[in-house]
Amino acid sequence: MEIFSYAFMQRAFLAVVLVGLLCSTLSFFVVLNRLSFMGAGISHSILGGIAIGVLAGINPLYSGAVFAVFVALLIGYLSKQGKIQEDTLIGIFYASGMALGIMLISFKQGYYPELFSFLFGNVLAVSREDLHFLAVVMVLVLLYLLLFFKELLTVSFDEELARASGLPATFLYLGLLACLALTVIVAVKVVGVVLASALLVIPAATGYRLSKNYRPMLGLSLLVGVVSGLAGLFLSYYLNIPSGAAIVLCAAAIFFLSFFARR
Amino acid sequence: MDPLVEIRELDFALNGSYILEKINLEIEAGEMVGIIGPNGAGKTTLLRLLLGLIWQTGGEIKIFGLSPSRLGRKREAIGYMPQRPALDRRFPLSVLDVVFMGLHTPATLGRPLTRERREKGRRSLEQVGLAALQDRPFGELSGGEQQRVFLARALCREPQLLLLDEPNAGLDLPTQHHFFNLLQQLQKEHNLTVIMVSHDLAAIARYAHRLVCINRTMHVHGRPGEVLSSPHLEKAYRCEFDLLLGWKGGK
Repeated sequence: MEIFSYAFMQRAFLAVVLVGLLCSTLSFFVVLNRLSFMGAGISHSILGGIAIGVLAGINPLYSGAVFAVFVALLIGYLSKQGKIQEDTLIGIFYASGMALGIMLISFKQGYYPELFSFLFGNVLAVSREDLHFLAVVMVLVLLYLLLFFKELLTVSFDEELARASGLPATFLYLGLLACLALTVIVAVKVVGVVLASALLVIPAATGYRLSKNYRPMLGLSLLVGVVSGLAGLFLSYYLNIPSGAAIVLCAAAIFFLSFFARR
Repeated sequence: MDPLVEIRELDFALNGSYILEKINLEIEAGEMVGIIGPNGAGKTTLLRLLLGLIWQTGGEIKIFGLSPSRLGRKREAIGYMPQRPALDRRFPLSVLDVVFMGLHTPATLGRPLTRERREKGRRSLEQVGLAALQDRPFGELSGGEQQRVFLARALCREPQLLLLDEPNAGLDLPTQHHFFNLLQQLQKEHNLTVIMVSHDLAAIARYAHRLVCINRTMHVHGRPGEVLSSPHLEKAYRCEFDLLLGWKGGK
């Protein structure tokens, strides 16, 4: 097939499969912990981190990753203190992170075309360096989730029991938020700041609708993540539409189709 | 022999106001103690202090001779059953998945559950008579069955001390009796020390060896018959009580 003859398309296919797997694994915990607003908040706030990278002349993915982890841990830590509600904090960082990004980018002289691809994603522009970064993030995040899966599931279901059993519930939760932040930054490369949160919700939301147990839920989530990524990329190529939007719309279409299936 | 649980001059204050004040209590191994009191009396706070989930502002707590924050591996000897309505009933777990959650401790952190530990989970589900439902979605169980699953989850670590928070909340009377009979039988079989908290004193009085009535301070404690006939009980609940008819009137 002609589509696979281009090196940039090969990288794009590899990126959507890896990002699809990573996002749908994370989305499992996002849905179970009702963290979808957290995902949206982090993805929007990292525009600040991306802009720092642009101004400093370093890869914006790296600065964005550090910024995203910092924001996620700060929100998690402050909300665990119990003085401010988590959704209030997300609302504050959501807008102020974007505002910081807009302000910093205005300092940059001239037109900055890459900004558009960070806002709306451009999987066709994924470089080898981006793929290496994606692979490192994937290994780190999956290692954490695999290692502490049963404990994270316990904290998600019954945090009080987890604490009473002596499990480090706050540490586990903050670790999950750091994984979420790292996943958001790689999702941003594929679908952009505006759409990244969709990949962190829709796959597991579909799995949740169709399963009564977390095992098939996780399996379906992975399937939706990969299938929507591949389908979106094909549609984007053949219909000449933006890849990020095509991937998210494919995922949304699968979610709505799931209403015709029985749980 | 030292008591299993020792509470001395315990105070707990939040934002300057006392939730618990000057609580003194000793619980011996093998006792089944009911902590009663009206809503907001500080009963759940007392359980959370015993579990080391929050820290007292004054006084001392000792469990197995240790402070709750220094229990270490001894924590495994405590089974806990939190209040049921706080949990998400649609969470996609099987009955056995829920029971296995009781087996996780700091010592098993990051390690897969061994076959031996899984077997403990299955055995405790058998003990509460729900082995046949082990693969059923947890959310599809009735309220009484869910409480038995939580009891199995608390029992699977083979505890010496069992802490139950409002175990009869939301259950109808026959289901309550079934649950408490099962608890009583397991308590005898394993010589468990049980501390159960409830605002429903009539239900709990029938099964506990001893009742402790609190409403910020400790109003009365003793055998159920003594507590229920004590004038201090009405003071704690701030209403007149008729144990057959329930509430008669009050402030």
